[in-house]
Amino acid sequence: MTALSPSLSPPARRLPKPFSWPVLVAGLAIVAVEMTLGAQVSEYYLLLAYIILQYVVLSTGWNILGGYAGYVNFGTAGFFAVGCYTTIALEKLAAVPLPLAILAAGVVAGLIGLGTGYLTLRLRGVFFSIATLALAVVLQTLIVNWSFVGGSRGAYVMRPDAIAPFASYVQYLLVVMTVLAMVAVLAAIAIERSWIGMGLAAIRDDELAAEASGVPGLRLKLLATTLCGAFMGMAGAPFPYFITYVDPPSAFSLAIAVNAIAMPLIGGTATWWGPVLGAVLLGFTQQVLTVTISSAANLLIVGILLVVFVTVAPTGVVGITRAWRGRRA
Amino acid sequence: MSRPILEARGVTKQFGGFTALDGVELAIGPGERVGLIGPNGSGKSTFVNCLTGALTPEKGAIHFLNEDVTALPAWQRARRGLVRSFQIPRPFKKLSVIENVQVPLRFALSEPPPTGIDRRAMDILDSIGLDAKANWAPKDLSQVELRKLELGRALAANPRLLIADEAMAGLSDSEVDEIVALLERLNGEGIAVILIEHIMRAVMRFSQRIVVLVAGRKIADGDPAEVMRHEDVERAYLGQ
Repeated sequence: MTALSPSLSPPARRLPKPFSWPVLVAGLAIVAVEMTLGAQVSEYYLLLAYIILQYVVLSTGWNILGGYAGYVNFGTAGFFAVGCYTTIALEKLAAVPLPLAILAAGVVAGLIGLGTGYLTLRLRGVFFSIATLALAVVLQTLIVNWSFVGGSRGAYVMRPDAIAPFASYVQYLLVVMTVLAMVAVLAAIAIERSWIGMGLAAIRDDELAAEASGVPGLRLKLLATTLCGAFMGMAGAPFPYFITYVDPPSAFSLAIAVNAIAMPLIGGTATWWGPVLGAVLLGFTQQVLTVTISSAANLLIVGILLVVFVTVAPTGVVGITRAWRGRRA
Repeated sequence: MSRPILEARGVTKQFGGFTALDGVELAIGPGERVGLIGPNGSGKSTFVNCLTGALTPEKGAIHFLNEDVTALPAWQRARRGLVRSFQIPRPFKKLSVIENVQVPLRFALSEPPPTGIDRRAMDILDSIGLDAKANWAPKDLSQVELRKLELGRALAANPRLLIADEAMAGLSDSEVDEIVALLERLNGEGIAVILIEHIMRAVMRFSQRIVVLVAGRKIADGDPAEVMRHEDVERAYLGQ
């Protein structure tokens, strides 16, 4: 939705076009850079970019439900892990290409999102959030006890050889994650700028009033939980090839759960670019802190930033920017 | 009265052991103006919630336009033209004034307005006097403007029956007159209106018929002057 400001001129209010060509072009440009420079830079930078893009997908997926509809999902790690373990299960059954594994992970996690939504969306506020947290715990318990995918001891995944025209498999993973991030952002933009986004915004602001205005609350929320789950699952699908050893603590990591919430909140939940900005800023900062201080410190910094933003700037960087622009206008 | 557009038959609603509504019957004809009154706690808002789908009654049935809508969710009732405004204005706070009106235009109508959603939204804002504030945030509106926005949003859903739940609470006399005039104009367009209100001046001016609820039961239903002379009404509602 647009920024609101008192204005005496009645506007011809129109939603921007749902498809964003600039985002598509930017995404393809990033892919081109990755293809050009991927073979020339240290693999560390490719891994760094991969992690940031993974968080772009996660925070964008989270924001579809948490930001647009106002339903805070604490179960991110569960959906991410479903994606991971879908890939592992497929890897054990057959040599499935990564894009197919990502699609399968999206379907599985999306269906879990749909089921979770159907069972829990009559809950509101903190009760919904607790239910999603419980879902992650249930999923972790199931995985820990499912020996086919490694159970509690974890599973090793052999990273395949480089695929032409990529110089390395890490470069391939990076390009795949870039495309996935681009798709997630384009989907978020399409939702935000369509009647679906307007309906979700109405639900977020006042669910009773939204229903009284003809908004089919449950249907839209189910759509949001399904898309949210699907993107989170797809973000997790390449992870086994990225890390090569997956166990429940790494797949159901607290860092993933916290970051997926912190990044949209710090960036701003009202628009698609808030979660993207939050993921880039926070993801980059975390990696710098991991290298320069310690891997434990980065989560501490995220926690502090989250507290600061929630209390001082709850609308995130997007809100600060809009307020600043409003003052200048 | 011609065939009713709304019929509530024996509507009973309980909260635990408390009976909020006890077999309430009500019929509203096309284009009718009905005042629904009663002391605080008499069940007016509960009745409205049952009619519009925010609550499901334990017993009884609600028929709207010859269809049993008792089991339908609120949004489906709104799409059929059974529309309400809220006692306390509930704008979509992060949407602009015009977007607030666009929500029902996009969701409650079976097909888009012939003039398009943007034009129709501006026409509605114009009709309620908020066209100059189309791009404002609801938080910047005055209390009477919020009430108007509430009615404008209801109007955008193309109602056959509008239930205005205390649309004038907290307003000055002149502002009450503005809202009554607005409701009369809507009614003039063929929209039946149920006005739930404590401001008796407004109720008496607006209503062709008055229904009185006391302790979850309907105790009177008829001509406003006769109802106000009803012994039970005087005792229960006016405290005489």
